[in-house]
Amino acid sequence: MTTTVESVAPRPRRGLELLLLLLAIAIVLLAWVSVDLNRSGTVPANIVPVAGGLVLLAVVVHVVLRWRAAYADPVLLPITTCLNGLGLVMIHRLDLAAGRLGADGNAYRQIIWTAVAVALAIAVVVVLRDHRLLRRFTYWSLLIGFVLLVLPLLPGLGRTVNGSRIWIGIGGMSFQPGEFAKIALAVFFAGYLVEARDVLSLAGKKVLGFTFPRGRDLGPILVAWVLAVLVLVFENDLGTALLFFGLFVAMLYVATERVSWIAIGLALFAAAVAFALSTFSHFQTRVTLWLDPFSASSLERSDQLAKGLWGMGAGGLTGTGLGAGRPYLTPFADSDFIFPSLGEELGLFGAVAIIVLYLLFVERGIRTALGVRDGFGKLLAIGLSFSVAFQVFIVIGGVTRVIPLTGLTTPFLSLGGSSLLANWVIMTILLRISDQARRPMPDVVLPPSRGGAAAEATQVVKLP
Amino acid sequence: MNAPVRRLSVVIALLFVTLLVASTSIQFFQSQSLAAMAANKRTLLDNYSRERGGIMVAGKPIAESVAVKDQYKWLRTYPSAELYSQVTGFYSFAVGNPYGLEHAADGLLTGQADTLFVRRVTDLITGRQTSGATIELTINPKAQQAADQALGKSRGAVVALDPKTGAILAMVSHPQYDPNALASHDFGKAAKAWEKLSTNPDKPFLNRTIDDLYPPGSTFKVVTAAAALENGIVTDANSQVPGPAVLDLPLTDATLPTENRQPCGPGDKTTLVHALEISCNTAFGSLGMQLGGEKLRAQAAKFGFGDTLSIPMRVVPSSVPADLNAPQAAQSAIGQYDVRTTPLQMAMVAAGIANQGRVMTPYLVGRVRSADLDIISGAPQPQELSQAVSTRTADIVKNMMVSVVDHGSGARAQIPGVRVAGKTGTAQHDPKQPPHAWFISFAPADDPKVAVAVIVEDGGVTRSEVGGGRVAAPIARAVMEAVLGR
Repeated sequence: MTTTVESVAPRPRRGLELLLLLLAIAIVLLAWVSVDLNRSGTVPANIVPVAGGLVLLAVVVHVVLRWRAAYADPVLLPITTCLNGLGLVMIHRLDLAAGRLGADGNAYRQIIWTAVAVALAIAVVVVLRDHRLLRRFTYWSLLIGFVLLVLPLLPGLGRTVNGSRIWIGIGGMSFQPGEFAKIALAVFFAGYLVEARDVLSLAGKKVLGFTFPRGRDLGPILVAWVLAVLVLVFENDLGTALLFFGLFVAMLYVATERVSWIAIGLALFAAAVAFALSTFSHFQTRVTLWLDPFSASSLERSDQLAKGLWGMGAGGLTGTGLGAGRPYLTPFADSDFIFPSLGEELGLFGAVAIIVLYLLFVERGIRTALGVRDGFGKLLAIGLSFSVAFQVFIVIGGVTRVIPLTGLTTPFLSLGGSSLLANWVIMTILLRISDQARRPMPDVVLPPSRGGAAAEATQVVKLP
Repeated sequence: MNAPVRRLSVVIALLFVTLLVASTSIQFFQSQSLAAMAANKRTLLDNYSRERGGIMVAGKPIAESVAVKDQYKWLRTYPSAELYSQVTGFYSFAVGNPYGLEHAADGLLTGQADTLFVRRVTDLITGRQTSGATIELTINPKAQQAADQALGKSRGAVVALDPKTGAILAMVSHPQYDPNALASHDFGKAAKAWEKLSTNPDKPFLNRTIDDLYPPGSTFKVVTAAAALENGIVTDANSQVPGPAVLDLPLTDATLPTENRQPCGPGDKTTLVHALEISCNTAFGSLGMQLGGEKLRAQAAKFGFGDTLSIPMRVVPSSVPADLNAPQAAQSAIGQYDVRTTPLQMAMVAAGIANQGRVMTPYLVGRVRSADLDIISGAPQPQELSQAVSTRTADIVKNMMVSVVDHGSGARAQIPGVRVAGKTGTAQHDPKQPPHAWFISFAPADDPKVAVAVIVEDGGVTRSEVGGGRVAAPIARAVMEAVLGR
């Protein structure tokens, strides 16, 4: 096999994006209409304004991208639109089942949040001209991320929901600051690691074939670990702790290319989990429920996992059809358990399609990380992609009994404004980085004194 | 940094593969087993949204699904309210597990039974909504009503059989309840009704004819007499048997007295038929000792003791304990010690004697029809459970039982112009409570149309056989009259 090296003239592919975007909207509208057809036998009366509004919203983002990020990845926005839309349809469907109509409905609030998220995305595309600007805020990001993470612990502000203290309440609104901490910490990790990677990857002692870092270089991972343990212990939230620590270890590994960091990370996390398991009954309960959700004593304690599984089982291969199943029997059917809800009504085929949509999203993120030229962008893109992938794994793995259930939101699908906003921002930053990655190199006029092979224009390497 | 990104992407791919495998496992491979879990309300709701078959007695529904305009589509109603409560049981979302026929015949009623497979396939092809089969019961509504009225406010049970086929003609258990309250779609109301029902100390949800075990008392002397005849210990009704005032039980200090503490006949001797007429404890106690526990147990087993029947509801097996010593055999021979029986089992004893010694397998379900009234299966062929005794023995015991009604303790079961055979019983169960009153009978003795067992809980009078004769026999007579059209 030979690898051909050639220059590829990058194409913006905005036309493809528009096509996929219209397809995504068509899927969402079809899903919405079938909910109403199955429940009341009529096409929703407001189909024309809603369809028009959706197309308008999508086209606005599309136009902004043409204007400000013409080379951005063409698949991310359609996938986001499709997932966001399917989430809305399921939330609307559960509203109908609960008799919440119009402005009382969760779907109504979620639509407003969607519009806010789109506006925020446009703002980010317009304001953030180059993702490298974020590097200036490396240490600010650490501070912001840390504050957001510990905010729920403040008395009077934090709210405990389902045993996890990961919410804050301001006025009548509640918010999950952890969702934004995810972005801030990814920015910090990327900025910090791109500077520290040489030290972290080169210095060290070799033991059993692995190169282990020097004691003093262990500082950052220990800080991240302590932060994760704090979240674990004081916010009772294994999911968030797992997500942040996993994100840090993954980015550390990418920055240093040293497997020993993963080994150290896993060992530290295992120790934390073992400690939590032996100390807190809350975690023991979760593990018991995970191992045997159907025993009488488990059902007595919490039957939500069992109900979700029964729902997915009821869906079978093809599903009951949207609006024709009973996802409303499962608690949190529109947030933590929205995946089983969709699985019940869309069947295994629908569930697989949703997982594949996430996979494609993450794949576009990884491709962006591979393509972008600066280290900071690479780390940020892989960090954000990994955070989405890992969060999907933790939450869907939780409801499908791969791992114990924890309280994370399903990106783009779940009911809840903070999650939606944060994930749209993640998508937008990936769009911005991908724009950089795919944009053709400007023709640089090289000063004569710095000529030579090193200054040749970088070529895009294309595999056959 | 691209190499670690690629390696990390392999890890990410593995994470997603795990999710795909888990979803496939749940939604494809485990779909059936998840649906079969008892606690899964979705399965229950699925069954609710399908039209459930009716349960019919003499052409009238005693349980039917009525279309309603709520999310469950079909409301289960019981038009006779209390009369058939333990027969139909109830089908309740609030309670979960159904009771009675609603449980035992669930496959037919939902249309999911194996016998309905072909019909389901055609439904699938023609796009017709699968609906349950309607089942017709063998119950005679007049007998059912007569039994219900005669039992009145007493706790107890009445069960009537056609001795020649085993068809159940009446099945009444008191106290009753209204299954409509439990089937209500107002789940709060239904749950409250169940709470009230399930905590009632009298346990109305039990079908006392098949779910509850009682000491049979003196009605069991019919089995003892049959065993003694079959094993040649006595030869006919007029054979001499011992009848002292008190029977000394070996191995123990205990004694077994007659009820009035008088000898049953002159010279402490009596005939078998007289012993049965006056229900002489010492006579049957000594027969029991002569027979020994095993022969008594074997005879009882031939009448069906120890069998687990489904009619299609499960019948709790009646029992005579194994390894009885002599005093225990004596006690067991008069239906005390640890002999335990359902009223249905005692009706089968009476029916077996009536039907020349052949005990027929009892059954409740006759024809089964589809929702569009096609007959799916006709009335079942009567099946012999066992030949409990020889025709000759059956004949002797029958005549002795006629004598019990004509001259003995069962006089209140007499029906003018009809030869009625019967046996009273008074079963002690708790020293602080009055004994249970029993009566088993069949009529007409020579061409039996109906065999009945009646028990009235705590209905007897201590140390007197009058309980069974005074309280239970008139109930049996009312049921027999209803069947015979008198």
